[in-house]
Amino acid sequence: MEIVGKSVPRVDALSKAKGKAIYVDDLEFPGMLYAGVKRSPHPHARIKKIDLSKLKKYSDVYALTYEDIPGKNLVPLIFEDWPVLAPGINKFNGEAVALVAAPRKDIVEDLLEEIDVEYEPLPAVFDPIESMNGRVKIYGENNIFTTHRIERGDIESAFKEADVVIENVYKTPYQEHAYLETQGMIAVPTPEGGMDVYGTMQCPFYVQKAVAEVLGIGLNKVRVIQTETGGGFGGKEDVPSLVAAQAALLAFISGKPVKLIYKREEDIISMSKRHPGIIKYRTAAKKDGTIVGVDVEYIIDAGAYATLSPVVLWRGTVHAAGPYKIPNVKVISHAVATNKVPCGAFRGFGSPQVLFAAELQMNMVAESLGIDPATLREKNLVKEGDEMPFGEVVRNSVGAVDTLKKAVSISNFSEKYKAYKNQGGEKRRGIGIATIFYGVGLGAGGKKLARAGAFVQVTEDGKVQFAVGTTEMGQGMKTALTQIVAEEMGVDYSDVQILPVDTSRVPDSGPTVASRATVMSGNALIEAIKPIKKKLKKIASSIVDADDEEIEFRKGKVYVKGKERASFKDVVKVAYEKREHLASQGYYVSPETSWEDGKGGKAYMVYSWSTKIAEVEVDMLTGEVTVLRIISVHDIGKAINPQMAEGQIEGGAAQGIGYALMEEIIMEEGKILNQNFSTYIIPTVKDVPEIIPIIIERPFEKGPYGAKGFGEQPLMGIAPAIANAIQNATGVFIKELPITPERLYEALVREGKIKPWSER
Amino acid sequence: MERKIKFILNGKEVEILTDPTRTLLEVLREDFKLKGAKEGCGKGECGACTVLLDGKPIPSCITLIGQIEGREVLTVEGIAKEGSPLFEAFKEEGAIQCGFCTPGFIVSAHALLMRKADATEEEIKEAISGNLCRCTGYVKIVKAIKRAGELYGAKKST
Repeated sequence: MEIVGKSVPRVDALSKAKGKAIYVDDLEFPGMLYAGVKRSPHPHARIKKIDLSKLKKYSDVYALTYEDIPGKNLVPLIFEDWPVLAPGINKFNGEAVALVAAPRKDIVEDLLEEIDVEYEPLPAVFDPIESMNGRVKIYGENNIFTTHRIERGDIESAFKEADVVIENVYKTPYQEHAYLETQGMIAVPTPEGGMDVYGTMQCPFYVQKAVAEVLGIGLNKVRVIQTETGGGFGGKEDVPSLVAAQAALLAFISGKPVKLIYKREEDIISMSKRHPGIIKYRTAAKKDGTIVGVDVEYIIDAGAYATLSPVVLWRGTVHAAGPYKIPNVKVISHAVATNKVPCGAFRGFGSPQVLFAAELQMNMVAESLGIDPATLREKNLVKEGDEMPFGEVVRNSVGAVDTLKKAVSISNFSEKYKAYKNQGGEKRRGIGIATIFYGVGLGAGGKKLARAGAFVQVTEDGKVQFAVGTTEMGQGMKTALTQIVAEEMGVDYSDVQILPVDTSRVPDSGPTVASRATVMSGNALIEAIKPIKKKLKKIASSIVDADDEEIEFRKGKVYVKGKERASFKDVVKVAYEKREHLASQGYYVSPETSWEDGKGGKAYMVYSWSTKIAEVEVDMLTGEVTVLRIISVHDIGKAINPQMAEGQIEGGAAQGIGYALMEEIIMEEGKILNQNFSTYIIPTVKDVPEIIPIIIERPFEKGPYGAKGFGEQPLMGIAPAIANAIQNATGVFIKELPITPERLYEALVREGKIKPWSER
Repeated sequence: MERKIKFILNGKEVEILTDPTRTLLEVLREDFKLKGAKEGCGKGECGACTVLLDGKPIPSCITLIGQIEGREVLTVEGIAKEGSPLFEAFKEEGAIQCGFCTPGFIVSAHALLMRKADATEEEIKEAISGNLCRCTGYVKIVKAIKRAGELYGAKKST
């Protein structure tokens, strides 16, 4: 292969570096207004009156409430409970109650102050377990949005016959995406009564649906164009629909383009987060290390509206038992409503929380049985032909054990793990391991959306242009797909150009989530290229006088039996002279998946696998943890661009370190107190250790060139690997994240490992 | 209350008539249409708005244009015009993902390499410790700056 599998430079590197790439706030339109959002300061309140009268004295200022919505006051997603503007009642602190737009950016804040809102505060509930008693009604009878279940084998017997049973409760926190570019949209009304929307987003077709719904116009009148997107991580999956609807409403009533860019504080207060999780985990094992049963109860704190919680919960449920062959499995999970910001997608989508618990449980079993944690995992990890804990027999692309063996050998895990136990002294080292897996694509839980379209065109000068419906957000999709097109068509990498993502160019291709873009768009592109290539080969065969099957296009040249005979450009020229149609659409539908609640099924089309090893140093006086090294090994099927894959592994490791050690949302009565980067701490360059990224390839038979997706799993498993390393160093398992110095210090004192400061 | 403010922007003398309490970031982006510097937080905490003021990196989102009278501002666009090995180095090392933070890093790195082309890894990390990146994990950014430094050094000695 000429281009796929090579670390070619990114197609968008220089435009981004030189400040030329166009992000939404860089765009301007003539007559554009600037928008602002009035937000409720109460976690739960009846809105008795919204008084916009003070704004009437300004010409060219527009304001609206839910009563002015021409279409439906609803962001369409899974349930129908998510309003664009609070309809007489608001359910979380920071919820939008009114919108304003003005010709100048600098007066928007003052105008928002001139909107008077009368609230009647209502009782609010912030704890999901308390919420389930239903005293404060947010949704239905008991505030449970969704429940999922798996029950396989005989849990009772498994636990009765076990040699060791480990039972614990784990708690994981909110995580804020902290993409460097905040949410933003520009809505531009079209002369035909439609709306063009430009903005930062992962899912242009979700935005299209939301704008059509809130304006009450046809999808065929809404065009969504993705601007260069400054990070997503799942935080730009569902909520951009809300931001777009807000901008579109103002554009609709004013008849002018409206730009709405969220301030950082506003973004942190009101936009989606990783769900906090409470996991009650019971593991049953035999003394030889065989895991015979797991019994998991998983609760996610969904916030005020369902948004993506039903599917986040489903993925978490499927992943709850880890990548192991366990015959007796019981999982019951709930997504619970609370009067707080609605949670949504974040790298891992419900699985990092439960896998944190699963991987600490494994180390506890290892400790209890006196078995090396890596050995324990190797014994239980699924291999090709084994059955996953939810009933699926995995037959292709199963590199779990490969990743474990590689990580263990490179890190010298087993020797270090033994050596680090029973240390003394103020600074103690530890090594920890975690193995995880990730279902690629939307799976059975998102079947309806599991398709993608593509458009390819060969231009008269022999170059190639293409469009897809999935989006670049930094992960490298533009580049990977350019490589696939160049390889598949047989032209130079530099002769292929991707077009901006525009909903009018390709059919609904679903969201860019679930690590699905390379497989879905890649395969759709390969489909699109087939008929074009067939035509060109036929023409080439007449030019070089050979059979179609003997013709090969490679890097812009035509080869017959290995000999260069013509140029791709010449063939295209002839094709154009013959009026050949060299443009085509492709469409790829995901392989079949299935799921039955309570039983399981073939959950995803393929899985990616990963082992992480973390080495840490713990300061026993202060509780500070320094991560020394992360070894992160991934089976990704095929690395389309190894350097970009490394970039994902390194970035995910840093984000995982943040989740493990320092990122914490502080809330008081449902109000987020830490609203900027000096109080919500994400890793800086000084917090990131040596990271060793390793790629293993066990090709996915249905993936483009064998590739499967893996953008999310670099973050998964980092937190438990670090927590396990801390236990190796100190003897204490910390079952709650983040493991801040305060939390570790308190645990060490509680477990009698150190004296409290007062006694020193 | 507007005021005439004269300063040097990317090597050229410029003059504007504006409210001196507007931020430098806003003036660069809105008045001069230089979109490289970006607002990531509005509080000087993320580094996305970094530009050089008299050769030193500053957060332009909390710097007032009134403070810029008679001084010299260099943005990523100016560095690109001057020509710098940083751009190719970032590209070759795979140090760019979503790109939103990248101009800020390039500006901070440029300031460092102008002072000390052979900066050590520790010195590089110190110089960019005020630039946040959520995508890359910083690994390839540090590599890119080191590589550019080696090229700066080579350029200087020829």
